[in-house]
Amino acid sequence: MNAKFKKIIPQVLTLAFVALIFGFFSYNAQLNMENRGISFGYGFLSQESSFDVQFSLIEYDGSHSYFRAYLVGLLNTILVSVIGIIFATIIGVVVGIARLSSNLLINRAAAYYVEFFRNIPLLLQIFFWYFAALRALPLPEDAEPIFGVIFLTIKGLFIPAFVWNNLDIFMYSLLAAIIAIIFIRSYSKKLRENEGKHIPVLYISLGLIVGLPMISFIIGGVTLSFEIPELVQLAKTSFRFNGGLGLPPELIALTLALALYTATFIAECVRAGIQGVSKGQKEAAASIGLTPNQVLKLVIMPQALRIIIPPTTNQYLNLTKNSSLAAAIAYPDLVLVFAGTALMQTGRAIEIVSITMLTYLTLSVSISILMNWYNKKIAIKEK
Amino acid sequence: MFKIKQITSLLAVVAVLFGFATESFAAKKSKTLKNTIKQGFVKCGVSQGLPGFSNADASGNWTGVDVDVCRAVAAAVLGDANKVKFTPLSAKERFTALTSGEIDVLSRNTTWTLSRDADIGLTFVGVNFYDGQGFMVRKNSGMSSVNDFKDGISACTNIGTTTELNMRDFFNSKGISYEPVAFEKADEVVAAYDAGRCDTYTTDKSGLAAQRTKMSNPDDHIVLPETISKEPLGPVVRQGDAVWEDIVRWSLNTMIEAEEYGINSGNADSLKTSDNPAVKRIVGAEGEMGAALGLDNDWSLRIIKQVGNYGESYKRNIADTGILPDRGPNEIWTNGGLLYTPPAR
Repeated sequence: MNAKFKKIIPQVLTLAFVALIFGFFSYNAQLNMENRGISFGYGFLSQESSFDVQFSLIEYDGSHSYFRAYLVGLLNTILVSVIGIIFATIIGVVVGIARLSSNLLINRAAAYYVEFFRNIPLLLQIFFWYFAALRALPLPEDAEPIFGVIFLTIKGLFIPAFVWNNLDIFMYSLLAAIIAIIFIRSYSKKLRENEGKHIPVLYISLGLIVGLPMISFIIGGVTLSFEIPELVQLAKTSFRFNGGLGLPPELIALTLALALYTATFIAECVRAGIQGVSKGQKEAAASIGLTPNQVLKLVIMPQALRIIIPPTTNQYLNLTKNSSLAAAIAYPDLVLVFAGTALMQTGRAIEIVSITMLTYLTLSVSISILMNWYNKKIAIKEK
Repeated sequence: MFKIKQITSLLAVVAVLFGFATESFAAKKSKTLKNTIKQGFVKCGVSQGLPGFSNADASGNWTGVDVDVCRAVAAAVLGDANKVKFTPLSAKERFTALTSGEIDVLSRNTTWTLSRDADIGLTFVGVNFYDGQGFMVRKNSGMSSVNDFKDGISACTNIGTTTELNMRDFFNSKGISYEPVAFEKADEVVAAYDAGRCDTYTTDKSGLAAQRTKMSNPDDHIVLPETISKEPLGPVVRQGDAVWEDIVRWSLNTMIEAEEYGINSGNADSLKTSDNPAVKRIVGAEGEMGAALGLDNDWSLRIIKQVGNYGESYKRNIADTGILPDRGPNEIWTNGGLLYTPPAR
């Protein structure tokens, strides 16, 4: 009884202390705000925002609410984070493997890339890509088309937009193909384990993913055409592109900077992971007759991934949080739209800063949970 | 740079959380005035560099019409126009810095609006510059009026200002679709517009005139004639300190009224024996104007002698620097302008 009591006392005291500190801060803030005539509340979220945003994934203009503006910023943050994570992972894995290459040129090039980009502050890199690289891009009227239909200009990247007819049927065919592939893969695994037979899964899968959508084009009435960006004159020397899909230069510069910066850290994680698998594993695998490809896929990677995933999760979190530097180059992310414009227009500093902090916390924790789940999935299963 | 600013704004929020709340509405003596005298300097929030309004030179000396308002307050309260500590603030940080007590006067080309005045714990004390929002375009674009704007025009501007709101009202009323590109810092807006990212750059016309001087080739750009909004810019104080509010208001009013009566830094002393009682009141030779503000009777004389009247300040900072030689609405009412102050009596 006494021992149990001793255990609980420090915990209760700590909890009380934390509660006291929170209470003190919120009481103090309340008193200060009252004295300065500042009201507190979240009612402003439903008010009309009356400012426009350059780039939005959902329908939005100034007649929508501040909450809608918050969603616009949040989605833009998620967009740049997801694209950044995908590119950073691809570049990171390639560079990480390249650093272990026995080819001196590839090896050195990868090492120089990592050392160079890792050691320059990210904000400077964002400014470099936006202000230096942007200035080098041509004005819309001078842009040389790439493949005749893509235009890279100072006002953004303009690519043809897909114009679908019966898009739903196409999507169903794609879904059907993916389900079929999953079935075939599990069937082939069973076949291999039970009867030792091999079926060419890769070719069958490729056939399905190409074939089924093709059929939807032929008999499903699906059509696809392209809307090509068109040059429009605004004034004597002012042009822009109309139609097609336009990606703002702010998004491109930010994605580029985030991906290239974070990829250096991921590359080091990958290198460490592969080097962390002992040589004996590789030799043992080779000695039982596995091909080099199988050695990498079945023996090295499953063990390396366990070392790679946890630190890479950190890098994904860093990338997401670093995306808040977007405000410096006018990419309308959560910080620029909500903790920037909305904060200024409403003056609700405490409410908006707390919502923004909570949102980043939620984003980070979600990524963490997702990656931990994946890490558990590939971890050694003790039987 | 940017990170530092974010930290400052966070600190400002933290300051609200930590700050001790002892201020009372009923306090007869102003807490801000007491603190200012104790510290020996006026804590003044200014811009991060807007020529003519608040701009620091290479050796850190601040000049500008907004800066002069703070100098006038320092001359009135502390007897020395140089006893001012300037804090450069972004548009985003300025109000939090004021409400949290980091600064006591915000004199940073800030537009007086109802929601700012009423909602967020601030009080505007007057107008020291009548401005309006305009557009800058490249001269060779051939655009000569806002009527030349077409659908899809991209407009560079600052976040956190009334500019963003006016821009929407303007383009909506014209039925023109536009692409707003909003940056945190004015220097970045200028750089992006200068590079050709945007077709037009929009902010207060005084700001356009000042920023034009920073372009790689100022003569390539013109400011369109239209003004799309009212932007009365003026100093701001925290709500709840009526005495301090009055001191800042009447420091500004003194500069304006001195010009109206022809009192300047050169002749102020000699006008103590003027025949005009209004003039004598302004230079402190008649009446007890200072006592009502908790100051001595020479407070206004010091403002005029050390900072000058409004016209001197305008000439020194805005006209002679070539930013806006024409005073337009910022002329005394007797000369056809909008500057009209209540009488000092």
